[in-house]
Formats: sequence, C-alpha cells, structure tokens
Amino acid sequence: MSLGDLMAFAWRALRGHRLRTILTLLGMSIGVGAVVLLTALGEGARGYVTNEFMALGSNLLIVLPGKTETTGNAPILGGTIRPMTLEDCEAIQRRVPRVRRLAPLSVGSARVGYGERRREVTVLGSTPELLPVRHLEIAVGRFLPDVDLDRGAPVAVIGRTLQEELFGGANPLGQPIRIGDWRFRVVGVMAAKGQSLGLNMDDVVIVPVTSSMRLFNQPSLFRILIEVGAHSEIDQARREVLGVLRERHEGEEDVTVLTQDSVLGAFDRILGALTLALAGIAAISLSVAGIGIMNVMLVSVSERTPEVGLLKALGAPPRQILKVFLVEAVMLSAAGGLLGLLIGYLGSSILSRAFPALPAHPPAWAVSAAVIVSLLAGGLFGVLPARRAARLDPVLALAGR
Amino acid sequence: MIELRGLTRHFRVGDQTVRALQDVSLTIPDGDYLALMGPSGSGKSTLLHILGCLDRPTGGMYALDGREVGSLPENELAAVRSRKIGFVFQFFHLVPRLTAAENVELPMVLAGMRPAERRARMTKALAAVGLTDRAAHRPDQLSGGQRQRVAIARATVMGPSILLADEPTGNLDRASGHEIIELLERMNGGGLTLVVVTHDPEVGQRARHILKLVDGRIASDGGSP
Repeated sequence: MSLGDLMAFAWRALRGHRLRTILTLLGMSIGVGAVVLLTALGEGARGYVTNEFMALGSNLLIVLPGKTETTGNAPILGGTIRPMTLEDCEAIQRRVPRVRRLAPLSVGSARVGYGERRREVTVLGSTPELLPVRHLEIAVGRFLPDVDLDRGAPVAVIGRTLQEELFGGANPLGQPIRIGDWRFRVVGVMAAKGQSLGLNMDDVVIVPVTSSMRLFNQPSLFRILIEVGAHSEIDQARREVLGVLRERHEGEEDVTVLTQDSVLGAFDRILGALTLALAGIAAISLSVAGIGIMNVMLVSVSERTPEVGLLKALGAPPRQILKVFLVEAVMLSAAGGLLGLLIGYLGSSILSRAFPALPAHPPAWAVSAAVIVSLLAGGLFGVLPARRAARLDPVLALAGR
Repeated sequence: MIELRGLTRHFRVGDQTVRALQDVSLTIPDGDYLALMGPSGSGKSTLLHILGCLDRPTGGMYALDGREVGSLPENELAAVRSRKIGFVFQFFHLVPRLTAAENVELPMVLAGMRPAERRARMTKALAAVGLTDRAAHRPDQLSGGQRQRVAIARATVMGPSILLADEPTGNLDRASGHEIIELLERMNGGGLTLVVVTHDPEVGQRARHILKLVDGRIASDGGSP
C-alpha cells in the first residue's frame, strides 16, 4: 500500500466522521496556536523592553544610592547610605572627562493645580541636560533654564496630558500653577512621548532639581543619569564615576552604577524565563490535544473493528493495519498543527497591530517545536490505538468483537 | 487443492476447553463445489475460517496446494489470503464510506497494485457481477443483493483459487439469494473452488458435495444430492 493510498484511505475515514475530526483538529490547533501565540507574547514583551532601553541610548550610566552585590538587579538597601547629592554630580562632571552629559533626577508625587483644577502627578526634578539625555522634546516654550545647580527656580515644564487636563485649550505659557504648596510658572510644554520605562512622560511636571528636593524635603537624589561619549568608554567611565563617589563618601562604595547592558541583561533573563513559562503552559494544552487524538483513534478503532477484520481477511498483514491507523492519526495532528500555526500567526499579527509597541512575533524555535511536537503527538498517541487494531484477531474482529 | 488431516481446533473459554473441531480429515480438489452444513455450533464456521487462513488449527495438518499453511506466521497467512482466497460474508462487510468501485479496488490497494491495473481489473470484476452502472454508488445506495454482488466482485478481483462464502444468502430475500448462488456457481464454473457454509438445505442441495458437521466432527462426507 503506497503512502498516497494510505493517505487517501485515511482521508476518507476522517471525512466520514466530520464533527469528530473537526473537534479533534480544534484541540490540536488550540494547542499549537497557544504555543505560537504565547511565545510571541513573551518575545514581544522582551522586544518591547529592549526597545525601551535602546531608545535611551546605549551609552547611558545610571547611578543610584545603595549597593547591590551583583549589578543588574534592583538594589537591596542596607548598611549606612550617604545621600547622593548635587555636589556629587558636580564632582563627577568636573573630574570624569568621559562624561558628556549628566542629569540628576529626583522624583516625587504631588498635587498640581491651576485655578479650580487639580491633578495628582509625578514630579521630576532635574536640569536642562535631562532633555538630551532622555531624548525628550519641547513642543511649546522652552525647557528648564540653565542656572547654577544649587539654585532653584520657580519654573515648571509640563507634559501634554497635564496641559490638557489643567488648561484645556488655553495657552499655559507664563501661567502660575501650584505644586503642593509651592507656586511655579509654566515655561514650556513637552512634546507627546507616551509611556517610557513605566512612566507616562505626558503626565508629569518637570522642575529644577533643587526646587523638587526642597519641595519633597529629600536629602538624596533618586538617580544620576550619565551619558558617556561612546559605548566603548562605558566600562571605563563606570569605574571612574565609582572612584569619584567612593572618594567623596569616605572610601565606601555605597552607590550602584547600572549600565544599559546589565539592566537589559537582567530583563532579558526574566522575560526569557517568562517566555519559557508561557511555552510550558502551552505545551500542556498541546499534550492534552495529543491525548484527545489518542482518544478519538481508540474510539475509531473500536468502532471500525469489523472493518479491521475485513482488511485482514482481504490480506492486510498487521503492519499494514498499523500504518493505516497511524497515518490517520498523524494526518489528524498535522492538519491540527497547521491550523494552529495559522491561528497563532493570525493572533500574533492582530496582537501586534492592536499594540504596535509590542513586537509580538513568534520565535522560530517555538514554531518549529510546536509543529514537530504536534506531528510527534499524532505518531506517539496514535501508536497505541493502531497497535490495538493491528493485533485484533481477524475472526473476532469480523464478528465485531 | 485443499487437504486436511486430523485437524483439531480447541478454544479456551475461561477454564474450559471447547473442542470446536475434532479430527477433521478432508480433501477438496481444485474446482470443487462443497456445501458445509450442520447445526449452530457444529464448527462449520470455524472450519471455514481455518480454510480461509483467518484462523489456525490447534492440531493436525492443513495443506493448501501442497504447502503446509496451518502453522504459518501471521504475515505469511495474510499473503496467502491476499493471493489465493476470496471471502464472501453474510453481512457483506463493505466499507460504508467507499463506493462500489473503491470497495472492489480495496484488496488491490492493500496488495500495492498499480492504479491503472487496479482500475482495469475493478471494471472487469464489476461487469462480471453486472454492476457496471452502480460503480459510483456507496453501499447504502445499493440493495442487499447488489451489495453482495459487490462483495463477490471484491472477493474474486485478485484472481484467487478458492472462494469461501459464509451464509452468503443468509441476509437476503429468496430472489436475491437465488441470484447470488447462481453468481457464485458461475464463478465455480470458471474454475474456482467454492465452499459455501449454509443453513439452508435448498442452497446446500445445489452443491456437488455436502459435508455435514456435528459437534465438530464430520458426520457425513461426500453425500452427493
């Protein structure tokens, strides 16, 4: 019996039980589709985070107070921590020539009001350098004025959403707003940027760093963002920055300097594990689908027992009976696998269209694994029913027993 | 030629041994026409299954065309069935989802025959049973007599030397049954050895020989009508 004949025979049998075949196909295709879609989701998340970090530039150093044993993870605070101050910033700027730009950052949350309108937003304190370091753009007016670091100024730059919420269509430039109990004058509006590293940059207010530290009564900066001239200088710059701060903090290394690479690496590991976990969940549904195929094939064999007897009477040896049912099971799972691929790709393209920031493309390893596993599932779970058929006694089988 | 010497067939049912056939010795020359008769449970179906290489004897000898086949392994028995033996059953055993033509082609498909030859032989076999115009019909679109004729076409399409019919008229009305018996006899006239298991004395009377089985033993042999 040629493969073509086997497939034609199996096709007839599958078509003979249309509903049962479709339901089994559905089970398998959901399994494969889940693998494709969920791994696409995981990869999409990874791609999203990578893009976010890359948008910051690959030659960025982030200094934060506190020390971690290993770089890359969020710092576990402990021991005595000296505050990271504006003087530290000045020292770095002065003594590390590799530093091209430096922006101190303080973060707080406060109620911002204009007239009768109020809104709770994130307040960022920084310097004019924040604009180029974070690749921000001004839509109207100007950014923070270039004054001495230790001098505060009652001026504020607001995000797009905040402008709409507080001013509606009116021109905010020169208008006074309240941040907490303090009064600031709006000097500029940021261009829309959207979500960046978990912060909606359209819903913030940016003030001079000295002002925000006084406003929130903070002794220490939240971060220092440092841009290095070139990516190749980043390790050297990191050591030099650490050296300066250690010297200023009485020989103790109580800050953490993160590079893009280390942060990215950590996220990459976490999200890689997430993708694997999602793949694992999907694999479970795939194996359930395989059991579904076995179930259907077992039913099919017991239903078609007289037919098996007939095939034997017509001269089919056991191996041939085995092949007949195995080919049927593999065709079922292969068709389910293909349908699942279709579902998976369709789903992930809908996903990436609905959320353009999420580059949800199923990874090649997951796609090929899903297809191979679905084929194997047909073969593996088809063997038991097919062997049962092949071993039937022809006389009993003809009698339907 | 079929030769049986001291053939026995025992089944184990629970802890009891059922002696379905005991010491059956028999010679069926090529082209013979034999009716196997006897009450239910007399072992006639068991004998037919052994003759058809679907079942193996527990003891004794079965030689088919001079070759001992009683103890062949399953694969070789299948090959013997494929080439030498055609079956006709009481309940036709057509594959319901295949057309008459496809049912007739089935043994050739299993034997791995080329499609062109398959088609040629199928056309001839259907013509021989007078069903050329029903080739594209599925079994549920055919009458009982027509179904049995498709089954006969299927049983003879591989060119076997022995045709075994198990109650071929048992599920048919008188007229159709008569047609089927005549068709089988025509095949026998063409040189095929024909063995018919039947309850119906009228069918049995037509055979050249009648073999009566009682309790697994031959009660009368060669009783020509």
